[in-house]
Amino acid sequence: MDYSNLRRQAASMKKSLFDQGYLDEQFCQVEDLQDEASPNFAEEVITLFFKDSARLISNIEQALEKYPKDFNKWDAYMQQLKGSCSSIGASRMKSECMSFREFCGQGNVEGCMKSFQKVKREHGVLRQKLEAYFQLLRQAGPAGAATRPGM
Amino acid sequence: MSTMAVPPEPPHVLAVDDSIVDRAVISRLLRSSKYRVTTVDSGKRALEFLSLDSNVHMIITDYCMPEMSGYDLLKRVKETAELREIPVVIMSSENSTARIRMCLEEGAEDFLIKPVRPSDVSRLCSRLIAR
Repeated sequence: MDYSNLRRQAASMKKSLFDQGYLDEQFCQVEDLQDEASPNFAEEVITLFFKDSARLISNIEQALEKYPKDFNKWDAYMQQLKGSCSSIGASRMKSECMSFREFCGQGNVEGCMKSFQKVKREHGVLRQKLEAYFQLLRQAGPAGAATRPGM
Repeated sequence: MSTMAVPPEPPHVLAVDDSIVDRAVISRLLRSSKYRVTTVDSGKRALEFLSLDSNVHMIITDYCMPEMSGYDLLKRVKETAELREIPVVIMSSENSTARIRMCLEEGAEDFLIKPVRPSDVSRLCSRLIAR
């Protein structure tokens, strides 16, 4: 198997995720926390993120239904999700979370609903892309995560 | 017979955050700076832990948490004789001047904007060693 080619593919995939705005520098900070003691830290945190964010999205969905126009509650839930996005460098998702919060501030129900759909969409897309990225890294072997995209 | 030098105990940090993702990241950040780390998910659990083990060299806590905020935790620590000397660092994703001032006036050691960087942790480490 051509491991160096797989590593190049992984690096290219990561660069693409940055170029398209899915990820920001914080993702590199998370990857930089990997070492011999925690070689898979980034993937572990991303896995945690997707588990937790699915839960938070479900909470928001329920809140939108059970607590109509309770913008404070909606905002509080979305603040949690936004925080997690920020911590792993999920830039586009974070932007959509911020849009939702702005709509909460305006008391705009329709805006919140549309924005929430975008949050869910970005969540799904990011999950697919990062799953593909980490799968490639696993195939590429231990040196696979070392590159930083040219930005 | 020579005495083996015992390596000093690494400083023990109690990290408090209701976000499982943030706990993982801050914990890893601190461990990579050679701290010993205990994480809890709430101010209430932090106080429970401290009542059993006050051998903590620093508390680093998220500001925005349900039931007991990081600010409330800071106040409780500073009001408790056995705990008040423990430096408390607040983390927040909101860069609010009023919030920062309020925490520093209440005795917070530092106020970090999330996401926390390795350079933030290095700075804390230097200050802890200097104490």
